[in-house]
Amino acid sequence: MLRERLVEMIKSPFSGMKETESIWALRDVSFDSDEGEVVGIIGRNGAGKSTLLKILSRITYPTLGEVRVNGRVASLLEVGTGFHDELTGRENIYLNGSILGMRKREVEERFDAIVDFSGVEQFLDTPIKHYSSGMRLRLGFAVAAHLEPDVLIVDEVLAVGDAGFQKRCIRAMEGLRNGGRTVLFVSHNLAAVENLCSRAIWIDAGKIRMDGEAKEVIKAYMASFAGERISGSDLSGAENRLGSGEIRYTKFEYLSPDGTPCAVVRSGDALVLRLHYHAEETIRHPSFGIRLFTQMGTLITQTGHLLHGIHIPKIEPGDGYIDLEIDSLNLIPGQYSFSLWIAGQSSKELFDGDVRGSLEVEVADVYRSGRMLDSTQGIVYFPQRWRVG
Amino acid sequence: MIRELWTYRELAYFLAWRDIKVRYKQTVLGVLWAVIQPFFTMVVFVLLFGQLAKLPTDGIPGPIFYFSALVPWIYFSSTVTNAGMSLVANSGLLTKIYFPRIILPAAAALSNLIDFLISSVFLIGFMAYYKIPFGWNLLLWPILVVLLMLLALSLGTFFAALNVKYRDIKYALPFFIQLLLFGTPIIYPASMVPERFQWLLALNPLSALIEMFRYVVVPSRSVDWNILGISVAVTAALFIAGVAYFSSTEKAMADLV
Repeated sequence: MLRERLVEMIKSPFSGMKETESIWALRDVSFDSDEGEVVGIIGRNGAGKSTLLKILSRITYPTLGEVRVNGRVASLLEVGTGFHDELTGRENIYLNGSILGMRKREVEERFDAIVDFSGVEQFLDTPIKHYSSGMRLRLGFAVAAHLEPDVLIVDEVLAVGDAGFQKRCIRAMEGLRNGGRTVLFVSHNLAAVENLCSRAIWIDAGKIRMDGEAKEVIKAYMASFAGERISGSDLSGAENRLGSGEIRYTKFEYLSPDGTPCAVVRSGDALVLRLHYHAEETIRHPSFGIRLFTQMGTLITQTGHLLHGIHIPKIEPGDGYIDLEIDSLNLIPGQYSFSLWIAGQSSKELFDGDVRGSLEVEVADVYRSGRMLDSTQGIVYFPQRWRVG
Repeated sequence: MIRELWTYRELAYFLAWRDIKVRYKQTVLGVLWAVIQPFFTMVVFVLLFGQLAKLPTDGIPGPIFYFSALVPWIYFSSTVTNAGMSLVANSGLLTKIYFPRIILPAAAALSNLIDFLISSVFLIGFMAYYKIPFGWNLLLWPILVVLLMLLALSLGTFFAALNVKYRDIKYALPFFIQLLLFGTPIIYPASMVPERFQWLLALNPLSALIEMFRYVVVPSRSVDWNILGISVAVTAALFIAGVAYFSSTEKAMADLV
């Protein structure tokens, strides 16, 4: 950094005098929260949710304004913060508990309950470097679930873990709410927010867009996505996208296998998703990928050409496209959204990310029985046969 | 701030405990390493500087002369290094959890204390071997340990705060420590330095401290209260400056690290 500054000074000696352009991650965000309230914070990527949580947790400090909290605060921005690979499960329970603000005595009192919750009793004296990622997660959440703070700040930790585990976590959070504690909860999982929270705050571009009853706020938030569908498949104006921008998606198209554009996409159709991009410079070893979500924000699948063992050595500057061919789109009719990214060779390199698109799947007679599928039948369906014995 | 530190004291203790646990995991010799390092350094010093270069040792047996200075020196250098790196090394904690940031360098100072105490016990064994009687001067020893900790922490906190912003510290620090080894009377006695350069030695607060660590061991030496007084004053001033600088940068640490 010092070196950068020196180089900078040589290049343009008066740059220090120019006013640097600053971006307000949050501006004029003001709200109160009472005891026993569970508040969901929703908003798109980059809207300022995480910054808000960090300010509320006192990890970063606001340039202007202040946060006042009565009571003990615990923040869970990550599960298993401070876990050390070389230490055993038992040792990590003590360490993690202490990091999250528990006294040694409190950890001792709840130790058996924590071990019980985590289900890793057998491996308690094994260094956690030998744990699977699921075991680590369960251990981390077990400690967190036994915190008894006055205010709990939670970021998206429920997004990971299997369904049974998520249920336990939600129950633990309900326990906190019933115990008269305040919970602030950030999530993309709108269903979880709706189930858990009485109140929701929608943050948009660093400001509070809406604050009120969870159901109402979620409805309004989802309606804001609906408006975007009309803008169609052109992605050049996509908002809130991430990445460094050497290469970006420009548009996507739904095509039939013969290359003609699809007016409607139906359940069970063969579909080609053509992703157009524009590269500013030569890109080596790019990786294209897509995540498909339900309307409620649950991840259905994530895929990319690297998973198929296909490597792209380089892409020349200019326009091009890549096709994702789907033999049969096994989605139940409804609204879906997807998020596209282009990453580089290293996991840290992101050229383009969180480019949102929507997919409307229309009804089709997939079982050739005249009976149509709807959302009560789930999210996806499998190719299947029934045989009466 | 002090009250807040008190509520977080257990975290400092747990982080120090983690460092100690992790330091000797999967090692065969374990905690013996705390003694091996100063012991063999002492052996090399005795051979190189004592036998070969024939540097004076103020009438103290060579092994005691070097070892008594090496024990606090190793504590000092490893604490300054570990504390200086502590914020960057624990960036995962820094960006996810609130706690007074100074807990991290403090935990480094605490965890190194174990190694220091173990090698100090070894030093007592040495004294018995050389039949050096235990004198009243040894009562000063705990005060010296506190001074040493505070001095190491004042530099440690300063470098830690600086390292968050300028990663140059990672390269500068080992170099600085290496030079300091020669600028401190460890391989030579302070008395060997010519009168007109003594002030240079006095500028280094560690030199008086190391000399005192050496002479509390020898009961025949009288304590130079002036030097002790200056040491206390300089250490206190440096500690306040180090902590003040640390606090002034504390708020931006999570954003910069």
